[in-house]
Amino acid sequence: MAEEQTNIKKIMHVMRHAPHGTIYTYEGLEMILIMAAYEQDISIAFIGDGVYALKKGQDTAGIDIKGFAKTFMALDGYDVEKLYVDAASLAERGLTEDDLVVDVEVLSSGEIGRLMGEQDVVLPH
Amino acid sequence: MPEPGYLSMRSSGSFASQIINQGTIVNIGILLKEGPYNHQASDTAYKFAEAAIAKGHKVDAVFLYNDGVTNVNKLMDPPQDDRHIADRWSKLSKQHGVEVLACIAASKRRGINDDILIEGGEITGLGTLTDIAIRNDRLVTFGD
Amino acid sequence: MLYTINTSPFENSTMETALRFIQPGDPVLFLEDGVYAVQAGNRFSETISSLLDKNPVYALTPDLEARGIGSVTDGVSGVDYGGFVDLVEEHQPNSWL
Repeated sequence: MAEEQTNIKKIMHVMRHAPHGTIYTYEGLEMILIMAAYEQDISIAFIGDGVYALKKGQDTAGIDIKGFAKTFMALDGYDVEKLYVDAASLAERGLTEDDLVVDVEVLSSGEIGRLMGEQDVVLPH
Repeated sequence: MPEPGYLSMRSSGSFASQIINQGTIVNIGILLKEGPYNHQASDTAYKFAEAAIAKGHKVDAVFLYNDGVTNVNKLMDPPQDDRHIADRWSKLSKQHGVEVLACIAASKRRGINDDILIEGGEITGLGTLTDIAIRNDRLVTFGD
Repeated sequence: MLYTINTSPFENSTMETALRFIQPGDPVLFLEDGVYAVQAGNRFSETISSLLDKNPVYALTPDLEARGIGSVTDGVSGVDYGGFVDLVEEHQPNSWL
């Protein structure tokens, strides 16, 4: 039998949907919050419209859907600190880091792609 | 050369680049994020699970999330000449011991409860999905 | 990693996005409506041919057949569900929905 490994897996959640138009981002965040309790090595990559989930100034009162942008701010309290944002996705949307509700690491697609390759589990949202 | 029948780990300690030798049983978890019929995801997930079992691998569990929870609604009543998706999941559970699990939070949102759950289905929490991710070699996601 | 793409490249930009992240040597499997990407002679043939320079490209044969796709871009290999399982055995999956 292979020698015992500490059973910590690298799990990356990939956010690719904008918030509110579909539930994937919201339910993805719920999944992350539960997984955070299991002491795994969790990271989140925001790609494409996923970067919009972090945009400041979201006010969902008019659409009567629960807003959840502030929950991203609570993530580091759950020890989920690795938030990667795809630079190209941000740029093509005319956004900068200053437009986002939390501190993130803005990386190139190559860098995020390499990080993906190191994961044990990649979960698309 | 790694010994046959054993998982070999790269020295970095990461499971990520492990090479699984031919003949080894791979432990597989499945995550399904869409409901039946609207998307092909349920069908592909099922065919994949069947093929994995036929190859001698262990399909540990199918975890249903987002609209995927509606896969286990026993009230489903498709035309006779079409596949019955809920029955397939029941069969997978009863004949092959695959756990078929619907996330409780997603289920409550969508009105899936024990009263209408297929035989072999179970409603459980996201913690179970985390366990599935941890204890299996592979977690494959189907959706749209 | 095994990259999987299940939506048509005419329908959305998932394939275009995924290919920005893929690493050399990573296999790509097109399935469901994703198989339209490898249909011979369409506007994505060049993209697929370029991809083949560094990455093995597969398409799920039952999905090709279901859609009446008789010929695929040169270099693309068909696999059945068993072949899909083999790819998952060999590589961690990275599904781009």
